[in-house]
This record gives sequence, structure tokens and C-alpha cells, in this order.
Amino acid sequence: MAIGKKERLGAQFEVDLLRKMLLIRRFEEKAAQMYGLKKIGGFCHLYIGQEAAAVGALAAIDLSRDYTVGAYRDHGYALACGMDPKGLMAELFGKVTGVSKGKGGSMHFFDAAGHMFGGNGIVGAQIPVATGVALKCRYRKDGGVVLCWFGDGAIHQGSFHESLNMAKIWNLPIIYICENNQYGMGTDFRRVSSVTDFVVMGDSYGIPGKQVNGMDVVEVFHDVGEAAERARTGSTPVFLEVKTYRYRGHSMSDPAKYRTPEELEAYKKQDPILILRARMEESGRLTEAAFAALDAECKAVCDDAVKFAEESPEPEPSDLFEDILA
Amino acid sequence: MSMLTFREALRAAMDEEMARDDSVILLGEEVGQYNGAYKVSQGLLEKYGPERVMDTPISEEGFTGIGIGAAMAGLRPVVEWMTFNFSLQAMDQVISNAAKMRYMSGGQFSVPIVFRGPNGPAEYLGAQHSQALQSLYAHFPGLKVVAPSTPADGKGLLKASIRDDNPVLFLESEMMYGLKGEVPDGEHIVPLGSADVKRPGKDVTIVSYSKPVRMVLEAAEALAAEGIEAEVVDLRSLRPLDERTVYESVSRTNRCVVVDESMPFASVGSHVAWLVSRNCFDELDAAVELVSGEDVPMPYNHTLELAAQPSVEKILDAVKRVLYA
Repeated sequence: MAIGKKERLGAQFEVDLLRKMLLIRRFEEKAAQMYGLKKIGGFCHLYIGQEAAAVGALAAIDLSRDYTVGAYRDHGYALACGMDPKGLMAELFGKVTGVSKGKGGSMHFFDAAGHMFGGNGIVGAQIPVATGVALKCRYRKDGGVVLCWFGDGAIHQGSFHESLNMAKIWNLPIIYICENNQYGMGTDFRRVSSVTDFVVMGDSYGIPGKQVNGMDVVEVFHDVGEAAERARTGSTPVFLEVKTYRYRGHSMSDPAKYRTPEELEAYKKQDPILILRARMEESGRLTEAAFAALDAECKAVCDDAVKFAEESPEPEPSDLFEDILA
Repeated sequence: MSMLTFREALRAAMDEEMARDDSVILLGEEVGQYNGAYKVSQGLLEKYGPERVMDTPISEEGFTGIGIGAAMAGLRPVVEWMTFNFSLQAMDQVISNAAKMRYMSGGQFSVPIVFRGPNGPAEYLGAQHSQALQSLYAHFPGLKVVAPSTPADGKGLLKASIRDDNPVLFLESEMMYGLKGEVPDGEHIVPLGSADVKRPGKDVTIVSYSKPVRMVLEAAEALAAEGIEAEVVDLRSLRPLDERTVYESVSRTNRCVVVDESMPFASVGSHVAWLVSRNCFDELDAAVELVSGEDVPMPYNHTLELAAQPSVEKILDAVKRVLYA
């Protein structure tokens, strides 16, 4: 993929990035509301604040040959991949029309045909799986690269370290993306990590890496695009630490008292939607009215998704015993 | 037919499947240059190259998960664990990912992968390296669990396992690799979920699988000398379980002994004994007996480690109990 400079991105492309981030924001707000109404149960990890990471990264790859494998905070990845919000909301509602037929829930969004491989609930357990998908790409020489997502909490799992080592000895086409939202559940990453610059972790396996401003979707797009090009053609895995921030608690039950209101407010000033919008408005590529229309469009899509989920049927009791074996 | 050792039969299965289908790859510790810790994969690196026979670091969780990801993306990996004891390092990958990926994605994924290696008590290896772990894996829906007792079954079941679209745990044994038997040449497939009557008899059914089958056949010989004809049913796969063959046998003999080298608590053996008790209740003339490993970690001392396992004597005693002899 030819990577242009920020200022040379087409206006329509920027609008698309903005729309996707807005859609995630509105979808997550709607999910929180539905959770409050007890339409959604269990664990529900919202992506609000981190939208630029998924949207920028997934815009930089081609899912017809590339893959994305993520963890349980997966609503943003699914929407950024272009999955239908109706099927996603229905999955949250546990309906049979959900993307995983209501058997997966919030943490298990998948689109096998669309190369979106989860949606995985065990912290760090998706990292070897993603590495295996990259092994397939290299074995088949199909030109595919894999985005492997995980958080600052997962980086201390053995699965991360084992995977990076093997990815490097076999030079697999994979980009390890640590979305550092700074809190592994309620624990500040600085309290539990021997290093605060996670790029060092990639370095220790001979894997090149860099820190990325995860609040700026355009920066993420460029950095992941460069990394993908390098992984695809340069015969090396790449590591990126995307610095980001989640506005909500770890899950719906978490009031996030382990951080200060001032910290949260400071991050909200660098909100990924806000900064892209401001940049576009300042340069005359977006009007207030156009933004309002975009926002209304995303809200309507989410309202439709809720309506679809509400009206969808429950699974049949016999579905309990389906999909166990191929 | 060829006379092959167990390891040669397993090697033939992998060799034939790798030749037939380029999506089959082998990965694990020492499988390539070292030719396999137990020489099962001997010669495969030379024949198929390092892209298909991959030596891994000692990172069971990592390479097991890598196999699972490759399977989700369309390959058919065979993951060799040097022994099942080390699979405990990888158990999260097998259970959280391989077993459940299909279900929690609403049927979107298949995970065609074989996890194989030696399992069960061996000799002089102590508690961490000598144990039967099949009951852990057999607990989970979404997995198949296979445990052959002869080289011919080993070849036929391994070929079927590699062709299966589900994750298969394939249990071998250090103590069996050198055993010889007649093995059909070329295409020989034993379907998963088919038990085999290894010896017909009318007086008692002895249900077993894997390594203890040999011991059970030895006990059946001794019983025959006393005029007792034991029917020996080899389960061959634990999931799916061929219940029908077991029930048909028990409905003819009216007596049943289950022999399993697992520890007895919540084990494959205790489950099979319960199934027979429940489903053959009207046909049974005696309570079902279970001969299992003892409920202890494996000791190093040879006398003690033999005492911790099923034996011909324990099997004979159990048969006598169900015959009230």
C-alpha cells in the first residue's frame, strides 16, 4: 500500500475514518445504555477513547488477504473491520442473529470469512493464535500480514514472550500491537512492568518497534501502514506500542476509582474524534453541519442495530448442542 | 501388511498424510533435526523440509497456540508434545481456544489439528513425568481424544485424526513405541469413535484402551486357562465414545470390568463404568468393577510405581469379583 503524507490523505478517506470512530463511540454508548437496561449481561468491555487505534490500524491493511486477531475489548475492532452493527448488537443481546449466533457474547465477535479472528477472552491467549495465522501466511506465501492486538495487561503473559521469540526465529509477517491504555483492569501498568517503554520488549527478541500516538487516527494509520509494509516485504515481525486511554472502567462493573478525574479530563482533551474533527474543520475540509449529519447517521445506525437486536429471536433450545464439532 | 513398531506405524501415518496433503505440517520440540525425542518423526525433516517439519523452542503454550492459529487459517498442523506431561503448560490453548473456538464463534471456525505425544505412566520417571492425563482432555466438549493400543490402530487412527476437522488429542506411550505388530500398507483408516473387540468371549467383558489393553489380553489368556472366556473391548477413542459396542458386549456377557490406567477420581474409566452401570442395569449380574491407577502421584521406586498401576493380578481379582468366583 502506498503511504501518503498526512496532508495528502483524501478528504473522503478522512471522513471515513471519522465516521468509523463516531460509529464505535455511539455503538459503545448505546451498548452501555442497553447494559443498564439489562438487555446485555456479563462482561462488557467498552472501547470508548481508544477508537483511533482500531480504526487507523484496520484502514492500513487489506482484510481480503490480511488478518486481525484481538482480545476481548473487541467491539471497536469488529466495527472498524466493517462488520454489521446489527449482528454485533444482536450478539450482545444473545440473539440467534448475532455474529456468533448468541453463543459468544461481547468478548467473542468473529468474522472468519472476513479474516476477523476474534474476540478472545483469555488475556494474552490470542497472541500465539495470531502468530499461527502469520505462520500460515508465510507457509502459503500469500502476502498476508496479521495484526495481533493485546493490552498492557497481556504483555507480561508468557504467551506474549513465547510468541515473539518464535515469530522472530521464523520471521513471520505479523504486527504485534500493544494497545497501552495504561491500566490492566485496575492496575496502572507502571506498577507491574519492569519497563515503561514496551518497545524494549520487542527489542529483546530482535523485533523492531516504535511507540505510536494512539489518540491520532492518522498517525496510527501511517505507522501501522509502514509496519505492515515492513512485515509483508521485510521478513520481520514488527512491534508497536499504541499509547491510548479508555474513558470507561475496565468493564461495566468497574467505577475506575484507581485514576483521577483530572487525568481522565486531560485525555478527553486529546480525544481522537475531537482532534480529527478539529483538524478537518480548521482546514475547511469539514463543516459543523457535516459533522452533525455524520453523527446523526451513526446514531441512527446504532438505533437500528438495537431495534434489530430487540426484534430478533432467541436461539432455539436445540441450538445448545450445535456447533460443538465440525 | 508389514511388521512395524508402534513408532514406525505412527511415522508412516504422518508421512503418508504429509505426502497426500501439503496443508499438513509438524511442529514441536526436537521433531526435526533430532528426529524426534522418541524417533517418531525420524526422516520427516529430510523428506519434507524445515517449512513443514518445524523445530520449536521449549514453549509449549506458544507453539500449541501457533498450531491452533494455523489450523483456524486453513493448515492441518500436527503438534508433537514431547510428552503429555508438558501439555499442562499448553492446556489453556487447548481448552480455551481449540476446544471452544467453533462454539463461541457460532460455528464459523474449524480447528483441524492433532496434538500427539506419549501419555500415561512410564518407568522410573517420577510424579511429574509419569501420569495419565486423558481424563482432563476427555472432559471437554469440542475435543476428540484417541488412544490406540496396537501399531495398526495407531496408524489408522492417526491418519483419521489428521483428516478430522476437529482438534484431536492423540495419546501414545513411551512404553509402546517399540512394540511390533502387523500394519496394513498404504491407505488404512480407522474411524474415530469405533471400538474394537480385541478378543471375543462370553463370560465377562473387559473394557480398556491404550497401553493396558496388552495387559488385559494377558489376563484374558490366564482366565481362559481357568475356563473363563473374557471379551476384550478396546475403546480406541474416548471421545467420541463407541458406547454401542460396549453395551452389546455387556448385554451378552452380563458382567463388566473397566481397566484404565488413569487415576480413579472423575476419570474416563469411572465414567465408562457409570455408563455401563446405568445403561446395562437390567443385563448386569454383578456391579461393574473398575481397575484404575491408584489415587496417588507416581512414585519413582519401581516396586511402588508398579503397585500404583493396573496389573494382571488386579484385573484377575476384579474379574473374579464380578463372577463371584
